[in-house]
Amino acid sequence: MVKFNPDKLHKDQLGFHIFLLVLSIFMVLPIVFIINNSFKPFTELFAYPPRFFVSQPTFENFRLLLHFSAESGLPLSRYVFNSVLTTTIVILSTLAISSMAAFGLSKLHFKGKETFNKINTLALMFVPVAVAIPRFLIIEKMGVFNTYFAHIIPMLAMPIGIFLLKQFMDQVPDDLIEASKMDGGGNWRVYWSVMLPMVKPALVTVAILTFQASWGNAESSANFMNDESLRTLPFYLNTLVAQSGNIVAGAGLSAVAGLVMFLPNLILFIILQNKVMDSMAHTGIK
Amino acid sequence: MESSTPINRKLKPGLSGKTESRFKRVADSPYLFIMPYAILFLLLIVLPVVIAAAMSFTYFNTVEFPRFVGFRNYIDLFTGDTVFLQNAVPNTLLYGIIVGPFGYMLAFMLAWMLSQVTHRMRTLYTVIIYSPSITGPVMMAVVWKVLFSGDQAGYLNYWLLKLNIVQEPVQWLQSPELLMPIMIFIALWGSMGVGFLAMLAGLLNIDRTMYEAAYIDGIRNRWQEIFYITIPSMKPQMLFGAVMAIIGTFNAAGMAATLSGGTPPPQYVGWLIVDHANDFGFVRYEMGYASAVTVALLCIVILFNKVSYKLFGE
Repeated sequence: MVKFNPDKLHKDQLGFHIFLLVLSIFMVLPIVFIINNSFKPFTELFAYPPRFFVSQPTFENFRLLLHFSAESGLPLSRYVFNSVLTTTIVILSTLAISSMAAFGLSKLHFKGKETFNKINTLALMFVPVAVAIPRFLIIEKMGVFNTYFAHIIPMLAMPIGIFLLKQFMDQVPDDLIEASKMDGGGNWRVYWSVMLPMVKPALVTVAILTFQASWGNAESSANFMNDESLRTLPFYLNTLVAQSGNIVAGAGLSAVAGLVMFLPNLILFIILQNKVMDSMAHTGIK
Repeated sequence: MESSTPINRKLKPGLSGKTESRFKRVADSPYLFIMPYAILFLLLIVLPVVIAAAMSFTYFNTVEFPRFVGFRNYIDLFTGDTVFLQNAVPNTLLYGIIVGPFGYMLAFMLAWMLSQVTHRMRTLYTVIIYSPSITGPVMMAVVWKVLFSGDQAGYLNYWLLKLNIVQEPVQWLQSPELLMPIMIFIALWGSMGVGFLAMLAGLLNIDRTMYEAAYIDGIRNRWQEIFYITIPSMKPQMLFGAVMAIIGTFNAAGMAATLSGGTPPPQYVGWLIVDHANDFGFVRYEMGYASAVTVALLCIVILFNKVSYKLFGE
């Protein structure tokens, strides 16, 4: 008999371990490669035969990245600042907007609730690229073109966030809400001091998903920005990689760029993965 | 404000009491909770879909006002656009039909295996298997281009030459036959995303007594166990994973261009519907036509989702 979620290592699991270990090594190779490449000096990057691991690590590529951005007129810190600022605002606003809406859709009563829930579940199937052009026009008409708002606003409507949070809130017993109301608290009080603490794992998951989407978002810089100084890190790194693809320093630079984009995502996920798994367990479509 | 209210109440208790309760009612209204999202949802999801649908019946070059052309764009799209019919649609379907279901089955299989090892090792494997899906396009350009490169820097060619499997370097990324399989391979490598996490969590939350009961009822092997107990017990997560897999595959764009180093890629190999829409919309500024392409894509996605709801929905 198969045992799920076993407590200790048993010889039954050996086959799984062998398979998963081999697969993990295979999956992690490109990431190990990129880490090694970003520390390789020129001589090793273009050595023949090509070598996978770095033998004399150097920070030359990181210095070069700073140097390139300084030469292009804007310091790298400007792009980093733009990215950090917009990502922070996007995460905080998404959490606020999504949790409020999820609370409304889960626990409050109003006309049109069922319809809204249905449309939102339908919107899970939404392919953002399919409406990139109308969005472009809407952003332009709203008058936020070429401002920070154009980075932020398109990221805020997140059906999957509402969906995850609502699934969690549906499971919070109504008695808790009643109790809080007896104490004289209104909906806001219930929302703030009962609901939000109860759905923390889902909030963390939404924060992570939002971070991944916003931190890697290069489209808004390409489509909605004219000023270079308003563009974000992923856009800059994308163009840098595209421009320097053919020059000798390109390989090292692009490896560093990839690392800079990838590492924050990975670290965040490692720290918070327990909570993510928790909230994913409740992902039921009803 | 705070000091003025009690004074007011003393003077006109009835009136101020009424306004206060009305204020309280408005402040406490359910609509206030959903309003921010509802506005954004209408503005960024519903309205764009409506506009895209409307625009697809026009000629619109972003400079002049859109001109109504009826079904012209759709007629052109389905009768005259050879790149769309011979490259974008077959490529997208091929890519979607392989990456979608295989990625999905792979996700379930891996999640199933992971659910049967101990917690500490499972965490480690999960982080590693999930990490490719968050690497992003920069990473793809950096790693895979170098690995498959046709010149002396290419790792794969070097190894294959050394092992005597090939006699001369293969132009992996420029070859019409090889580019698509490489795209599919990379997509599968990075397909263990949110859906995979949901399935893993779903597996771990199945009540263990279900299995014990099933064995008493005469379930004999693992296959029966998977099909009669495991999958039915985690239908919601299976459906969620399917929806995410479909969206992920149909959202893919720009891979062929990144890998081969040019837009469009040689002979439109690996050219997907989204690439086609981006090309007409943001390169040629034929917004009406591009909208028709995106409406067609949206229809395909909805169709595929309907199928997955039929399979996994209640």
